[in-house]
Amino acid sequence: MLAVKEYEAMLEAYGKAGGNLDALKSKEVGNLVIHKNKVLSVKEADGIKVETEETESGVNIYFLVKEGAKIKYPVHLCFGVLPEEGLQEIILRVEAQDNSEVNVIAHCIFPNAVDVIHKMDAAIKIGDNAKFSYHETHYHGEFGGVKVIPKARIEVGRKGVWESTFSLIQGCVGMLDYDFEIFGDEKSINELMVKVFGKKEDDINIVEKIHLNGQGARGLAKSRLVLNDNARAMVRGETYGNAPFARGHVDCIEIVNGDGVAARAIPLVYVNDKQAKVTHEAAIGSIDKKQMQTLMARGLNEEEAVDVIVKGILR
Amino acid sequence: MLEIKHLKLTLNGKPLINELNLEVKEGKIHGLLGVNGAGKTSLANLIMGTSYPDEGSIILEGRDITRFTISQRAKMGITLAWQEPARFEGLSIREYLGLNRNLSLSEAEKYLWTVGLPPGEYLNRAVDGSLSGGERKRVELASVLAMKPKVAILDEPDSGIDVVSLPHIMNGIVEMGKRGSAVLLITHNEGAVSVSEEVSIICAGKIINSGPPQEMCHWFKNNCQTCPHIGEPDYKGV
Ligand SMILES: Nc1ncnc2c1ncn2[C@@H]1O[C@H](COP(=O)(O)OP(=O)(O)O)[C@@H](O)[C@H]1O
Ligand SMILES: [Mg+2]
Repeated sequence: MLAVKEYEAMLEAYGKAGGNLDALKSKEVGNLVIHKNKVLSVKEADGIKVETEETESGVNIYFLVKEGAKIKYPVHLCFGVLPEEGLQEIILRVEAQDNSEVNVIAHCIFPNAVDVIHKMDAAIKIGDNAKFSYHETHYHGEFGGVKVIPKARIEVGRKGVWESTFSLIQGCVGMLDYDFEIFGDEKSINELMVKVFGKKEDDINIVEKIHLNGQGARGLAKSRLVLNDNARAMVRGETYGNAPFARGHVDCIEIVNGDGVAARAIPLVYVNDKQAKVTHEAAIGSIDKKQMQTLMARGLNEEEAVDVIVKGILR
Repeated sequence: MLEIKHLKLTLNGKPLINELNLEVKEGKIHGLLGVNGAGKTSLANLIMGTSYPDEGSIILEGRDITRFTISQRAKMGITLAWQEPARFEGLSIREYLGLNRNLSLSEAEKYLWTVGLPPGEYLNRAVDGSLSGGERKRVELASVLAMKPKVAILDEPDSGIDVVSLPHIMNGIVEMGKRGSAVLLITHNEGAVSVSEEVSIICAGKIINSGPPQEMCHWFKNNCQTCPHIGEPDYKGV
């Protein structure tokens, strides 16, 4: 494919997936668009530096937020594989220097996937008092032919903030192997959130690990899954309170809504400091009867009621 | 508007609702007063259709709806404000009020003001665990108001409500009656039924007395609050 055509095709798919096309075209907004192993667009916003290197199977990325830089507009990333088959391996190194602040919105699109693999290996360092928000939304086709393997290791400095959501709601998941591990220093805030809507034969594996290593660090490992048809899911939410006044919480809800589904949740809370505290709640089950009755008493039929509840949980 | 005839519900040999008769008229607030365990919520559930009676019938505007589903009843204009309303993650109060129709912003605001919740603060909050019990119940009443029901069953709308909010709640209930809804106001607190035109007293799943509010309050205090028979399986009413 010609690079220009490829870029246009990506933009179109990006728009369909709910991406913000205006932002991608704006001069002030940083972006990075990658199709398979081709970098189609790089724009560095003020305070940001992006280096890329195309490899045989993907792209190596270095993403820097400079010290003290508060990035005005969210930075938009778009990764995808448009043909039915393909491999995309993203190796990502992120450095958010002290006192910086940025919001990154990523779209990962595989609309026609029959046999696509998308891997991401991220090493992320958030400086002291820096704030990094990362929101990744996936758009998959209906064939379920995607293997998504995102792995991240995140270090958060003193009073640093990391908050991320990984959302895979549109289309079939395929196979997901999500593994995020975060290490929070003193008074840091460490929040991981995953939302997945599993359908058909989807196979979902989620690991969220939070190590609260600094005094007063806070963590939240949250997951929301809805499983239809024959989807299977396994969620491990682990939080380690390793320092005085560390506070962590693991919060997992899986709604099983199909005859062939299988759902597991393994919350692990570990504390090795007598002044740390970590709690967990996990609920797996069908849709709450009382919620259903409540919505039906307002005039919704059964299907509409399920829809409202599911949308709410995955919002 | 709503007639209940010879309604019976037995659970494990114990009658929860026992030969119960009741009529709620259009535009009227009918108080249903009873101590804990008298069968009030069981009756509310039967009227809404979350459970079905063993015997008897429920008639709405002359039509027998005893075997209708919850949705069918709601579409005909019956709704219920639950004693302990469910919580919903990711559903805003605005959306909750407009579940069954396109509710304009100004209407949504109006109903929140009616129950004493400033819209600016509440419209976009979720109907989830972050609301206090009292807030959730006020939202519940607002959502019943927003539905403009023919029949509103209010299961203890006044319990768990602080004294400052109570007048708002009562005001909302009076409003419903004025707009033509038939309101069944369920409570265990005899003070709350003063806004109703007629009061029935329920005990062990039976209506044991009916009449004007003042008289019934008095009777309730003298007879029910110290009644030793309440809840006993062989209790047949007065
Ligand atoms: N699902 C149930 N299973 C067994 N007993 C029940 C059930 N629901 C209600 N009851 C019993 O029925 C009686 C009436 O309960 P309820 O209708 O909730 O009373 P009220 O709302 O007046 O306090 C009580 O004795 C209660 O314990
Ligand atoms: Mg009750």
